Amino acid sequence: MSLDRYTTLNLGPTHPATHGIFQNVLTLDGEQIIDTEQTIGYIHRAFEKIAERRPFYQITTLTDRLNYCSSPINNIGWQMTVEKLLGVKTSKRVDYMRIIVMELARITDHLICNSVIGVDSGALTGFVYVFQEREKVYEIYELLCGARLTTNMGRIGGFERDFSSEAIRKIYEFIDHLPKVLRQFEKLLLRNRIFMDRTIHVGPISAESAMNYGFSGPNLRAAGVDYDVRVTSPYSSYDDFDFVIPVGSQGDTYDRFCVRQEEIWQSLKLIRNALDNLPEGKFYVDVPEFYLPPKEAVYDKMEALIWHFKIVMGEIGAPAGEVYHSVEAGNGELGFYLVSDGGRTPYRLHFRRPCFIYYQALPEMIRGGVLSDAILTMSSMNVIAGELDG
Amino acid sequence: MSVANYIKVESPEGYSSPGLFATSLDKVVGLARKNSIWPLPFATSCCGIEFMATMGAHYDLGRFGAERLSFSPRQADLLMVMGTIAKKMAPVVQQIYIQMAEPRWVIAVGACAASGGIFDTYSVLQGIDRIVPVDVYVPGCPPRPEQIIDGFMKVQELVGNEPLRRRYSKEYKDLLESYGIR
Amino acid sequence: MESGKEAIIGKLRTRFTEGILSVDSSGDMLTITFQKKGIHDVIQFLKENESLAFTFLTTLCGIHYPEKEYPLGVIYHLHRFSDNTRIRIKTFLPLENPIIPTVTDLFSAANWMERETYDFYGIIFEGHPNLKRILNVEYLDYFPMRKEYPLEDPTREDKDNRFFGR
Repeated sequence: MSLDRYTTLNLGPTHPATHGIFQNVLTLDGEQIIDTEQTIGYIHRAFEKIAERRPFYQITTLTDRLNYCSSPINNIGWQMTVEKLLGVKTSKRVDYMRIIVMELARITDHLICNSVIGVDSGALTGFVYVFQEREKVYEIYELLCGARLTTNMGRIGGFERDFSSEAIRKIYEFIDHLPKVLRQFEKLLLRNRIFMDRTIHVGPISAESAMNYGFSGPNLRAAGVDYDVRVTSPYSSYDDFDFVIPVGSQGDTYDRFCVRQEEIWQSLKLIRNALDNLPEGKFYVDVPEFYLPPKEAVYDKMEALIWHFKIVMGEIGAPAGEVYHSVEAGNGELGFYLVSDGGRTPYRLHFRRPCFIYYQALPEMIRGGVLSDAILTMSSMNVIAGELDG
Repeated sequence: MSVANYIKVESPEGYSSPGLFATSLDKVVGLARKNSIWPLPFATSCCGIEFMATMGAHYDLGRFGAERLSFSPRQADLLMVMGTIAKKMAPVVQQIYIQMAEPRWVIAVGACAASGGIFDTYSVLQGIDRIVPVDVYVPGCPPRPEQIIDGFMKVQELVGNEPLRRRYSKEYKDLLESYGIR
Repeated sequence: MESGKEAIIGKLRTRFTEGILSVDSSGDMLTITFQKKGIHDVIQFLKENESLAFTFLTTLCGIHYPEKEYPLGVIYHLHRFSDNTRIRIKTFLPLENPIIPTVTDLFSAANWMERETYDFYGIIFEGHPNLKRILNVEYLDYFPMRKEYPLEDPTREDKDNRFFGR
């Protein structure tokens, strides 16, 4: 079998369909894919090395840039890791506020992924409808923390400000309006004959293979394994709520699309439940070494002034120890392995990035398919370059 | 009457009479070019998502003439570098720049493209002006869509006022030499 | 929950009596440090034994303690879904010869995780199908996450350290 029967095609770092920069060198036999060789690292920003030089609350800005489509989940996951190391237990109000913010972020992440699957198969309209909804969520984030995309939201021990009445009104408006837009979006794509023909049996992966490759999140649930970190190891009072985990059967692109779509509906239900039953109380718990004291106390009391100075200058050390905490991010189990030696910065911080781990399975998923199927498979796996390279 | 809520595009200085408008060639060419720039969105990370919001219906970059995005450098006028450029990616950016035809402009969107941003590390290129000549820098992390549009309007100003022979001048050739681009 | 941890420790002690260096069950999960020799059998036993059944490799990472006798470490986190038990396995390697067998045959997820650990720390995984740099540029000649190397670019000439607080 002569090698020049095969074509080598470079789906290079800059390509309109790879959302993010990574390279796939495909070996094609006609139009069928025989093999692929992947190169990543085109946006390696050395997060783990930077984290060894930054005080604990400055690392929140790094976690923003991991999966930048849903930054609040990363921020809150990191803050929960530090709280686990310090042994701090948050109040119910803080937990419910965190659930609302994390589910909003999950909705935005899944909205981008699903609309981009539409764009890659030629359906551009859904993308424009859905991005308008993302603008509404950006307005909510601006009321909560001041930024649109890389939010740096929350503090170790809670939030920096309470949900204002304007923010709560906007969240209710959003969850009242989104079902109409989602139904419109589904009418365009979900039972569309062309879309179904392009996505069913495309890029399949079996449940055993997915477990072996370390899949998690919607990609694993589409393959048939019902593993969700919110249910298996509940955090932040998720066990107070009743929600369904959608599970697919074949692990192909259509299953991934449908699982993400159903998760948006479940997140809407979660947000409404959490907002209706939001308990009274403070929006933070007292962690004197990490949470800035209120400004009035800083001007009056001596110890508040000292804590303020120490926290801002980053002179506070965390207790020595190691902890691993994971949250259910938009793409799967986002884990933080923190080793502290008592200093003001972590000794070692390792991010368990779900995109990095499941992207290895791409050659197996696209082998035997054609090039256009490979494009759809890549976009349905929701590979975000920031999380891939880190 | 109510105040008109549109801005008239200023016509260049020149002599006009019925059926005739005489002005200098670069002004007319500049006017045509600046209202139909075809950008190449080189989106690598978070600023790319803000660019997607800028192209969306709310902020709409298309009304400035940039509706047709070109992913091929051969057909693009403006290289919009949005996001962190790592050292592994730097040769790719330079190659894309070389493949663009004159006249070409570069806008560095975001703190990472302008100067390396918060990533002062061994693996991140500290600003794309180390490898390609940049016309406009848009700071921000990520910049708001309004800021990206402001940067785009500054590029439009540059495009509209550019002398026609600039790309053949010695200073421009020396500029490209200094980057190693021939 | 204590009985679960004790049972796991008991099974591992009976099977690998001389391999276990230390056991710590006080933290957030059971943490066991093993000798480098036979670490592949340990992971295989944890995965394939029916009563242990840790079938999910959560993550694999490296660590560097410059002042210890065996400075470079590899840390595995395994997870059992059925009752949400996690376990952390650590093993440490000498600096001159950091070779450790690969677990790619047990968990395909370990393929890129081991490449990343090699890229950052220089730990060589014996038997890995494709051990080369994954995130950094190919011509980088040092292992950047080791503690002796700085964060910033050593060849940078424009940023003056006096103004950047270093």
